[in-house]
Amino acid sequence: MKLLVTFSRKGVKQPLIAQTVKDTGVLINVERAFIESNEGELLIDIPDKETKIITDAMEKAGARVKQMEDSVIRDESECVNCGACISVCPQDVLSFNETWTLCIDSSKCVLCGKCVDACPHQALSLLP
Amino acid sequence: MEKTIDLINTRIRDGNARAVRADQMPDIVDELGVEGALREVDVVTTGTFGAMCSSGAFFNFGHSDPPIRMEKVWMNEVEAYAGIAAVDAYLGATQKSETQGISYGGAHVLEDLVAGNAVRLRAQSKGTDCYPRKTLEIELTIEDMNQATMVNPRNSYQSYVAASNTTDRTLYTYMGTLLPNAGNISYSGAGCLSPIPNDPNLRIIGSGVPIFLCGAEGMIIGEGTQASPGNGFGTLMTTGNMNDMSTNFLRAATFKGYNSTLYVGLGVPIPVLDEEVVRRTAVRDEDLKTSIADYGVPNRNRPTLREVTYAELKSGHVELDGEEVKTSSLSSYKKALEVADELKSWVESGKMQLALPTRRMNTEKTSHPMRDRARTPQVRDIMNTSLVTISEDESIQTAAKRLLRGETNHLPVLDNANRLVGIVTTFDISKAVASSGKGEKVCDIMTKRVVYTSPTEAVDVATHKLERNNISALPVVDENGKLVGILSAIDLGKLFERGWKR
Repeated sequence: MKLLVTFSRKGVKQPLIAQTVKDTGVLINVERAFIESNEGELLIDIPDKETKIITDAMEKAGARVKQMEDSVIRDESECVNCGACISVCPQDVLSFNETWTLCIDSSKCVLCGKCVDACPHQALSLLP
Repeated sequence: MEKTIDLINTRIRDGNARAVRADQMPDIVDELGVEGALREVDVVTTGTFGAMCSSGAFFNFGHSDPPIRMEKVWMNEVEAYAGIAAVDAYLGATQKSETQGISYGGAHVLEDLVAGNAVRLRAQSKGTDCYPRKTLEIELTIEDMNQATMVNPRNSYQSYVAASNTTDRTLYTYMGTLLPNAGNISYSGAGCLSPIPNDPNLRIIGSGVPIFLCGAEGMIIGEGTQASPGNGFGTLMTTGNMNDMSTNFLRAATFKGYNSTLYVGLGVPIPVLDEEVVRRTAVRDEDLKTSIADYGVPNRNRPTLREVTYAELKSGHVELDGEEVKTSSLSSYKKALEVADELKSWVESGKMQLALPTRRMNTEKTSHPMRDRARTPQVRDIMNTSLVTISEDESIQTAAKRLLRGETNHLPVLDNANRLVGIVTTFDISKAVASSGKGEKVCDIMTKRVVYTSPTEAVDVATHKLERNNISALPVVDENGKLVGILSAIDLGKLFERGWKR
């Protein structure tokens, strides 16, 4: 399960990831991190069954946690199923099915945004 | 056995014609044999749906009162070419908006019109006795115009090269996003479903042949611009009435970092007249080859990384230097199938009659590069060959002295084998002196990732490198890896001195 963790640098003083791993014993894979002056955003990957324990631990530490499900949003009226997005994705999120229709497996997405840039029809966006 | 076009048209009129999609033809021929397929199949329908930049439309807007001779025309702030007649203009798909840039181009205006949306027409004129009006600004829909006739100079390539990029940075091209270090391959075209691969000798495809164009019944005018069927790159010039088109088969697009373009749905019905037509339309993706070109080399003749078939490209990955590289298509195969299916339904329902070419195209013809008498200046023409260099083991102070004595701002750094390993600038030295303790030797302070050029690189390309990397000089390295010169902004001034024009 991928979780998007947002925290304020003022609110969260302790080392959030290290503390959570230490407290819960769950191994966390950090897939992306954006750190701004006042706030930060992390995309982490954890085993599905540990979702609740991690969410609770991080929220207790002052972070906000959101489960990532439909991270890549496709505007069906714009998409022509060309597939220009497929080869630029480092995570194999996008593929064709047997009818050459574009399929999206959001659970693999790490929010890099390469597909958004590559789409000639501006049909893709990432979750707000 | 042979069939005449009249027989096929009679069957179409009677609702008895059998049409099949081009991708289904190989299996039919395998099953029934060539003669059997000729008996059974009357029409093979092809289709493609992809970016076709060389597209656009002629408009006749009708006369206003008082009338104006439009000298300059904009449609939703995208300029159309008005040097035709008083109220005619041609809008090209790749013309960009003067206010919104490439995110809204001629292609978007065309899509808006086909969608039934109103478009703001703005025109200017100096005014004449017969056309006194000087400005005009109104909203028009496609219904309000006398003609909205699509005329696409170059559509439906027989085949097109696939693209990859061996440089270390992402390229944004008309072939889409190309990842660094040959990280992906992009291609265009529907392979065995595309029109010309099913008639590579252009026997059946030619002037006057009715086609499917963006949902309307259009026509082939003749060979497309830059047509090069002699080496497998035939193209078609096409036309159709925009009033009959549908946004289902006409879409505007913008390639990031490149431009706007139009996605055109195009299909040609091929009457199955004889065994040759059967054999040609039985082509498979495995039989259709193209090359993967390195778009990282900014020359007209891009090096080929390898030959590839459409079957490999469509499989989703291609092996390149022992690695599996993901492929993706810019054109939509799903929509190409829709085009071919729609065309099939037109034929089977008696909606479309077929015709043979009124004039054949020259299949021997090849396009040639620009006849450029003035040779483009190359780096070796203007580079500075009196080299002042330094070795990586020498002290910073020695480097400073050498810069002063050589009256230069850039010192290429060489290793023991005289290979270029870095560059030191006056700025690097100043920085090292200002923050002492960073090191004492040249190798401690030099820039190790050197951007360089070659003697034969076009000056335009080298200048682009300087701009992109925000630097003021490039070491020049020959094909043997030897440093042969340095190109600085000062050397570029020689271009003007010698009267070269860009």
